[in-house]
This record gives sequence, C-alpha cells and structure tokens, in this order.
Amino acid sequence: MATLTQSAPITPATSAYPPGHEPVHNYLKQPMAPEGTKGFAKFWFHFKDWMTTVDHKKIGMMYLISVSVFFALGGILALFVRLELFTVGETIMGADAYNRVFTMHGVVMVFLFIIPSIPAALGNFNLPLMIGAKDVAFPRLNLMSLYLYWIGGLFMLYSITTGGVDTGWTFYTPYSKETTTAVLAVGLGVFIAGFSSILTGLNFIVTIHKMRAPGMTWNRLPLFLWSIYATAIVQILATPVIGITMALLALEIFLGVGIFDPALGGDPVLFQHFFWFYSHPAVYIMILPAFGVISELMGTFSRQKVFGYKLVALSSVAIALLGFLVWGHHMFTSGQSPLSSVVFSMITFLIGIPSGIKIFNWVATMYKGSVWLQTPMLYALIFLFVFTIGGVTGIMVGALAVDIHLHDTYFIVAHFHYVMMGGTVMAMLGGLHYWWPKMTGRLYSERLGKLSALLVFLGFNLTFFIQFIMGSQGMPRRYYDYPDMPWLEPLHQVSTVGSWVLGLGLLIVLYNGIWSLFRGKLAPGNPWGAVTLEWSACSTPPDPHNFHATPLVTHGPYDYYAVYSGDGAMTAGGTAPVPDVTVGAPQPNKPTEDSN
Amino acid sequence: MLFALQDAVAPEGRTEFWTEGGTMWLPPQSSTTAHVIDSAFYFILWSSTILTIGVAIGMGWLAWKYRRKSHAEHPRPVHESKWLEISWSVIPTILVMVVFFWGFRAYVDTSLAPSDAYEIRVNGQKWFWTFEYPNGMITQNEVVVPAGQPIKFVMSATDVLHSFFVPAFRIKHDVVPNRYTYVWFDAPEEGVYQVVCTEFCGTGHSNMGAKIRVVGRDAFYEYLASGGGGGEDIPPAEFGEELYTSRSCNTCHSIDGSSLVGPTWQGSWGAERPGSESGVVDDNYVRQSIVEPGAYITEGFPPSMPPYDFLTDAEIRGLTAYIREINGVATAADTSMAVPEPGVATDSIATDSEPTQ
Repeated sequence: MATLTQSAPITPATSAYPPGHEPVHNYLKQPMAPEGTKGFAKFWFHFKDWMTTVDHKKIGMMYLISVSVFFALGGILALFVRLELFTVGETIMGADAYNRVFTMHGVVMVFLFIIPSIPAALGNFNLPLMIGAKDVAFPRLNLMSLYLYWIGGLFMLYSITTGGVDTGWTFYTPYSKETTTAVLAVGLGVFIAGFSSILTGLNFIVTIHKMRAPGMTWNRLPLFLWSIYATAIVQILATPVIGITMALLALEIFLGVGIFDPALGGDPVLFQHFFWFYSHPAVYIMILPAFGVISELMGTFSRQKVFGYKLVALSSVAIALLGFLVWGHHMFTSGQSPLSSVVFSMITFLIGIPSGIKIFNWVATMYKGSVWLQTPMLYALIFLFVFTIGGVTGIMVGALAVDIHLHDTYFIVAHFHYVMMGGTVMAMLGGLHYWWPKMTGRLYSERLGKLSALLVFLGFNLTFFIQFIMGSQGMPRRYYDYPDMPWLEPLHQVSTVGSWVLGLGLLIVLYNGIWSLFRGKLAPGNPWGAVTLEWSACSTPPDPHNFHATPLVTHGPYDYYAVYSGDGAMTAGGTAPVPDVTVGAPQPNKPTEDSN
Repeated sequence: MLFALQDAVAPEGRTEFWTEGGTMWLPPQSSTTAHVIDSAFYFILWSSTILTIGVAIGMGWLAWKYRRKSHAEHPRPVHESKWLEISWSVIPTILVMVVFFWGFRAYVDTSLAPSDAYEIRVNGQKWFWTFEYPNGMITQNEVVVPAGQPIKFVMSATDVLHSFFVPAFRIKHDVVPNRYTYVWFDAPEEGVYQVVCTEFCGTGHSNMGAKIRVVGRDAFYEYLASGGGGGEDIPPAEFGEELYTSRSCNTCHSIDGSSLVGPTWQGSWGAERPGSESGVVDDNYVRQSIVEPGAYITEGFPPSMPPYDFLTDAEIRGLTAYIREINGVATAADTSMAVPEPGVATDSIATDSEPTQ
C-alpha cells in the first residue's frame, strides 16, 4: 500500500450557506400557489400538485413519508409481539391475535417498508441528481409506481379491518388455503405492490443506461447507483414470480385447481420453491441498496476513495445474479431432495464471499483517511459491526447439518433481523441523515442524531443478540407462548426490554427530523464535503429541474483529494457547487485522479 | 403402567438453560449424533467470533487513528493493494468451503438412518402428535422408546405442514401431508425429551409439544405389552384427568369455562344439545363426540375435531368420568375404585335414595 503524506490544509469543506444565498428555486416550494390563494384553496392547490407531480424528488419524498408510516406501524406491531412474550402464558393477547400481529408485522415490514425503503425513497430522490439528469427516464411511470404501491398497501391494510391474516408473511400452503383469514386481500396487495417494484426497477435501469451526464462513465458511477442498478435487475426478474405464485394460490382457492394442496393432487413444497424463488432474491432487493448507501457514507466521511471500487461495484452485480440460485437454503428441512440441499448450501457459501469482501473494503476505506464521526458515519459503523454478525450467522445457517438444528428457531429470527434491521435499516437511517439536508434544506441536530444512534445500537443488540442463544437452545419461531420451555423467560424479558430501548432510539430519530423542519439550521450547500453530483453540482435543496445546465463530470465519485486540493478547488467560503463540475460550457480537465 | 415408568426416569424438563448438561449455546447432547452437529456449530461459532472481533477492532482502530482533526484535512488517495484484496478474497473462500464440507459431511453422517432402526409412525395434526407402534398401539403427545436403540420416526401430516423438532437430539424435519419424511435418533440415556413443532400451523402451534420418554429395554417391552392403555390402578376420573392432557384434549377444550377451538367441558354435563341423537350431554353423547365427532357439531364451533376412534373403552369411560367430575356430578364409581359396602351410601347417592321414614 502506498504511503502518502497528508496534504496541506485548505478551505474547509463545510460552512454555513452565506446569508442571502439560500437557493431560490427550492423544489419543495415550487410551484407557488397564485397570489391571494388561502385556506382550503391553497391546500388543494398544493395537494393536487403533489398528487400529480412527476418530479422524482417529490415522488421520492412521498415514498419516504409512506415507508416511514409503514415502518412505524410495523414497529408498533413488533413491540406488541415482544410484549406478549414477556411472560410465560398469555401476557396481553391470545394465540389468534398474536398470529395476526406477527403476520402483519412481517407483511408490512417486508412488502411495504423494506423493499421500497432505500431504492424507492432515497433512490428516487438521488438517482437523477447523482448522474446529472433532469429526472428519471419515465417520470409518469414513476408516479404510477407510487400509486401502485399505495393501492397494494391499501389492500394489505384492508385485510386488518377484516380480521387480519394469520399465515406468517410466508403464506405457506396448505395452511394459507385452510385459514379463514383474508389471505387473498393480502395476496392481491403483494401482487399489485409487486408491479410498483418492477416498474421502479425498469425505470432505474433505463435511467442509468441512457441519462448519465457527459463524463459520467460506468467507472465514475457512484457505488450507490451500482447497487441500485443491481437491485433493479433483481426487481425486474424476481418480482413476477411472487405475482404468479399469488395468482396460482388464488386459482386454487377460487377454482379448486390443484397446485399446492395435496388434497387436490398438488404439492405444498412446490409453493415453498415458488415463494423462495422470489423471496430469497428479495432479500437482496432489501440489502443491496444498503450496501450502496454504506459505500457513499464510508467514502464521504473518510474522505477517501472507497477501497476496491471496482470489486465493490461488481460484487453487487455478482450478488444479484447468484442470489437467484440459493433459494433452496430456506428448505433444508422441508422435504426437498438431499441432493438439492447440498447444491443450495454450496452456492449459499459462494454468495457469502462477495458480501465479506465488501465489509473488508469498507473498513479499509478508513485507512489513511480523515474520519468524521457524524451521525451518518456512526450508523455506517454500526452497520459494519452488526452486518458482520448477520453475515457470519448466515454462514452458520448455511451449513447443512447445523441448519437442521437451527432452522425455524429464534436463531433464524435473530439472523434475519441482524441483516435486515441491523443491515438495511441502519443503512437507511445513515442515508436518511446524510441526505436529509439535501432533501429538506435543513440540518438535523447532531447531538440528538448521535444519541439516537447510540440507543438504536444498544437496543438493537439487546433485543436480537439474545435471540441467537434462545434459538440454538431450541426456541421455535412464531410461538405466542413457550409452555414447554419456561426457563427461557428471563431471556425473552431481556429481548423485550431491548425492544423498548430500540423504540425509544427510533422515536428520537423521528423527533429530530420533525424538529429540524421547523427549528433546524438552514443547510449549507455541501455540509459533508461530498464530491458526488447531488452535493457538488446541485443546490440544496435542489431546484425543481435539478441542474441549470447539464453538468460535465471530470472525476470519479470519491476523488476528494483531486477535487479539494487539485488546484485550489474549493471556492472561498466553501459553498456548493464545487467547481470541479462545469456548469454550462465544458472546461479543460483539471488534473484529477480518475477512479479507473 | 405408564405412570409407573415415570418414577424410573429422569425428572421432566429443564429449569434453567445453563444447567442440566447443556452449554450457554446448546442444549445437552442427548443423542449419539448430537456431537457431530455441535462440533460444526462450535467451529463456525469460534471462527465467526474471531472474525467479528477482528473487524470490530480494525474498524475502531482505524476510526480512531484517522479521526478528523481539522476540516482542512484532505488525505491523499490510498493506492489499492492487489495482494491485500486477493488475500481477503481467497482466505474467506477457503474458510467457507471448509465450513461447507464440514456441514455436508455432518449432514450425511447424521441424516441417514441405520438399517436396524426401530420404526414408529408419526402423524402431525392440528395440534397434537400421534405415534403408532409396529404392533398397532397408538399414543399421543408421548412416545416411549428404548434407550441405546436407533429409532426411526416415519412422519406424515393430515392437515397442514408441521415440523418435528427435538432440540436435545438435534433432529428436525418438516411433516408434510401426502408425503413421508423421517428423522432418526439413538438416545443412549434414559430420560424425558421435549418435542416442539417448528412449522407454523395456527392457533395451537405453541402448544403442539410432545414428550419422548427414553426407558430401559425391559421397561420398554413391558410398556409395549401393556398396550399403552393404563388406567387399571386408578379411579376413572383420575385416569380421565391424565388423558385430558396426554390425549391433548386440552388443546381445544378448556375446563374453566373459556372457549378455545371447541366447547368447554365446564358446565357441559347435562347441557342441551338440540339436534343431537341424545339431545343432552350424557354418556352416549360424549362417546359419540369422541369416536365420531362429525356426527353433531355444537353451534358456534368449527367442525375441526378428528375422530378418536382408537381410544379404548377404559379411556372413554375415564374421560366421561372426568367430565362428570369437573361438573360436580361424579358418581361414586367415577372417583373411587372401592366396591361400596352394602347399606353404606355415599353422599352423592344418598340424595337419590333417601330412606323414607
């Protein structure tokens, strides 16, 4: 590894936006209602504007609000689940109520929160900004995706009003066929929301292929976009399968066509194959965008090139493709042939390798960097630690013989939450804090941000680490009570108390966000000193049309050194836009270190 | 007979998870194959712990060493080291391949049942387990097997998916309708081991447990010869109380007046059942409800009870007596095995045959 000296200090990357230089064309305030519009007419004007907007930023914001609402709903359900398990026997609800609560927790969190969370909210907002485009390729399709997501969500919420669903989010047959609960409403919701996912993926792929600004080569594409791109491939190829599966289930229930029900000559294990053919790639829809966010955070807050850029970028695509070949590792105990189990176990280990390489690369990114421990970076470091545990426990459950013991126990529950909550949600929170000034034009409170990160970290580990132990001791999942294992009660209680700490931490995140909208300081143009286009070539918050002119990209996404100390790069006062990106006419290239 | 066995074996269940021969992570190794799985578990656990601590220390050290001291810092880019990247790609690859082969070998070693295994059929049903011995004897939620003998459970389900899991034996397999799956084990030590259901199956999922009672070979033969019936040496009502849990009536029928899946037994004796053959809950009604539950469905409840036509007459007699007892109308013969002395009437009978002065 090369040894290089530190550069001479130059202008700080952060400073307040100069008075009187706040961006005039704030997308949040455009268009303005005509003079004299008041009261309901004014509300209606803005409401209509937001509901019919094709601006990717507004659509991203609406996704953000929607996924936050669903996250809160799913989180409250999770608190009820944990509370029920606080004591042996019935604590606050009976078995039937518990089964509905944990099912809705899973359905809401998976289909309405975590799948759209990073790609649809942060991705929609940032993708065009990061490639220097005016919008996504198909803005109207983008709005349609949002509506499909809402309609899908409504069907799932509707099922709650009719008594809920009690199958678990996996809808395994024949139980899902026998139950009297609203499986079809939820299935239809999943079907419709699936189209939202497919269309978003399609939109993103076309946008990345066709709308990159001049100079934005594939090797200069920010890693967040590489991961969004890989995710989009999975969204397009995998999501139709869950739609088809739900349609087949409906056919069986309505017309008695025997597909999954053994009584009609069907095969319940076939359902599991179909379900996991989507749902395993779907966990990569959930985690790949998180990888992208972490890459942005590690680079920006270390002021260092993301170590092994190409390897990190390509490993996302490798994971996306290999992810289609491992679904059978959910079925080691299901009755599939032992030979398939062996093959699926083998490929599962192969897919673990690129994820491991990414972790090493992110850690190495800090080497000889300038590490700034702001809230987003704290979340990124929490991600690295927690996701490592999630990853190594994935190795544990990928090993055939060991999985026989651990399958369908709390060990799986803990592993899943370490990668999804500890992985995706931590990255989502980090990314949210990182792009919050860009999206709202306000700075959140660092002090509250750090406090929330600490509470979330402690609460998360308190809740879920002990579940590994419960699981390997034999506690099965989806139990509302544990009459045969009353000696696990103290462990359940630790987990439940942890969920309260976690909930408190997340409440502080919410409070901080709302507080910042009204009381937060106006954000400077580039508070973190990032050099990707959304920060360096675009005002904060952005104009309705993003850029005044198409930017010309002359350096890689993490060339902090080249940009800041190349030739006196930062303008006085350190305001955005950073002049390495030419606005308007092309300028001669500065001596930069391209990432390729 | 069954109850005499209880004294001979270890006390049931564990009280604290770190005692009774287990470790912090795993329950006691109570089968001959458990250690094969445990050694793979511990190998991954310790390599993972070392790796995670390594990542955490590396991360913490780098974040501290290179923390930003001034916003003017703009470190030069680090040139990537090909050897570093190759080594942290190749070493984990070797490591996970070791883990794969270990898991694979252990799977082969533990999943194939020996050819001399004693075979017992298992049926999973909402929400109890039925065990059928080769001689046709049927038990529920409890199976008695000899120690030191490979036992193979050939399993199937009648309604939805279930999963048969014995933590102490490290065995688990889904139980699927219309398909046979199996697990096997060889438990060298006598004792009682808990079975749990690990595939979600609805309301009674959390209560779908069973006990595997491992006993000495002689005790096992004796048990097999007894037909598993029991009840000869205790009063019928007391026998019925045992059956209430061992035949898992308690999954669906409460004795405290609350409604579960089926109607409660509390206050049911003598209750009107318009439309049934006998019209009220009496001996005939109870018998029919057990052996042919579909014949009459109490209003407001789903027709979900399977026929218990394999129960012996003594068992039906016991359950009827128990229902009478919890309704406070037990007869002398229900609660006592003594033959009444002539002329000495017990209290409950006295009301009927009050001698007239």
